[in-house]
Amino acid sequence: MAEVGLKLAFSLAQIAVVMGIVLLTVMVLTLAERKVLGWMQDRMGPMEVGPYGILQPIADGLKLFFKEDIIPAGANKFLFSLAPILSLVPALIGFAVVPFGPSRTVELFGYQFQPFVISDINIGILYILAFTSIGAYGVILGGWASNSKYSLLGGLRSAAQVISYELNVGLAIVGVLLLAGSLSLVKITEAQAGGFWHWYVFAFPFPQIFAFVVYVISAVAETNRVPFDLPEAESELVAGFFTEYSGMRFAFFFLAEYANMILVSCIAAALFLGGWNAPYPGTLLPENLAWIEGVVWFAAKVYFFLFLFFWLRATLPRLRYDQLMRFGWKVMLPIALGNILVTSIAAYLFPKG
Amino acid sequence: MAILFFFYFAGVIVLTSILVVTLRNPIYSVLSLLIMFFHVAGLYVTLEAEFLAAVQIIVYAGAILVLYLFVVMLLNVKREERYHSQFPLAALLGITILTEVLMLAFLRGFSSEAPAVAPAVGDSAQPGEAIAGTGNTETIGEALYSTYLFPFEVASLILLVAMIGAIVLAKKKVGEGEA
Repeated sequence: MAEVGLKLAFSLAQIAVVMGIVLLTVMVLTLAERKVLGWMQDRMGPMEVGPYGILQPIADGLKLFFKEDIIPAGANKFLFSLAPILSLVPALIGFAVVPFGPSRTVELFGYQFQPFVISDINIGILYILAFTSIGAYGVILGGWASNSKYSLLGGLRSAAQVISYELNVGLAIVGVLLLAGSLSLVKITEAQAGGFWHWYVFAFPFPQIFAFVVYVISAVAETNRVPFDLPEAESELVAGFFTEYSGMRFAFFFLAEYANMILVSCIAAALFLGGWNAPYPGTLLPENLAWIEGVVWFAAKVYFFLFLFFWLRATLPRLRYDQLMRFGWKVMLPIALGNILVTSIAAYLFPKG
Repeated sequence: MAILFFFYFAGVIVLTSILVVTLRNPIYSVLSLLIMFFHVAGLYVTLEAEFLAAVQIIVYAGAILVLYLFVVMLLNVKREERYHSQFPLAALLGITILTEVLMLAFLRGFSSEAPAVAPAVGDSAQPGEAIAGTGNTETIGEALYSTYLFPFEVASLILLVAMIGAIVLAKKKVGEGEA
């Protein structure tokens, strides 16, 4: 009984820490996005709240918290309240299987614990795919329940877009799974140890560079970010599926979008760029401090992807709807399928040790 | 503990399945179906078939049901009244099936013995042992591409036929699209 209690307490502590870090990262991202966009457009970005505007996220959070909560007339109250929750929970739940640092165990009161991953289940990546696909319900139901034309159109666009690009995400990672021979994110990351030439973007026998490009583009589309932000295209649909939302319900959708960005960045880092492995063999720091290095490298890779999201937003115009669909089905899908074919042949010809 | 979980999942599955067909609002029906899919996945997890659970959610909840929802919203049916005059037919079918189930139950007796299942991997290996040795996903892969290769091929052929059928139906005649 003591063991169960201890494990529960440790897991709860881990969950609290991970959620804290994710939500903190979201806060940083809201400011970073405005600052990066500002600098890229030769502006200063937010400067009013605190020195150089660094307290802006807190001001934004307080504003959202105190705003009036409006439910539009004729809206379906139950679904209108359910949608933001359905959108946020799947975005946060995926972090349960992401390895944030080296897979070592610590001993605490005589029991073994893994400090850097909440749960190393052997279908890790499928678990994440399953829950990200649930996130679409929040968007669709939110759009439908608002009783507004703009919201409904945004929700429907999102449904079509998420289904199309989810397929590409799933097929793009199959190549990595073939090479790693596992669905567990921890095992996949461990298989990429020993220098950047072992990362699956560059790895022998067949570099997953095509899969990587397909994954990154599809991930941007799945998180509804520019240039694939059709569900919320402000020049056509006001704000798409969350036009009618205000206050904390709006904040939930907002949090979900940023949490999803962090999640897809974590998966991209873990699957293609070696996760917490450094780009050189071994570690620079001594054995008992090596975990700091691992965590820093993981964070650096994740932030690189997050910066890419902002960079794309500052650079590219939005796609038209038919362009989006044609690109997803006629360009990305064949590339992903071809990659699976070639990778399977390569994995068959050069089986790993 | 396992029994407790089984009855929770089974109970919710039965309840939500009934709700799917009795609720008048199609959106609520779809949502009940979503809850049901999740509990079926939960049932798979209690049976230590995690791969099946994940695939259940990805395929049914993530793709097929979203398409249902899409169609229901596009058609904008708030309340569907057409199919509610089928009570005599439904009662007839229901009574027939109920009789069959009861007859089976009485003929076989209410023994707790599990029905005979074809062994999936090897002959001597217990299912639990096979899973513990290699892992759930590997076991399914091995079984699917060795023991059940022929059914697997047939299933993929049927899907291919369906896909070709959809393409033929949706295709415009040559020259028609240029106008």
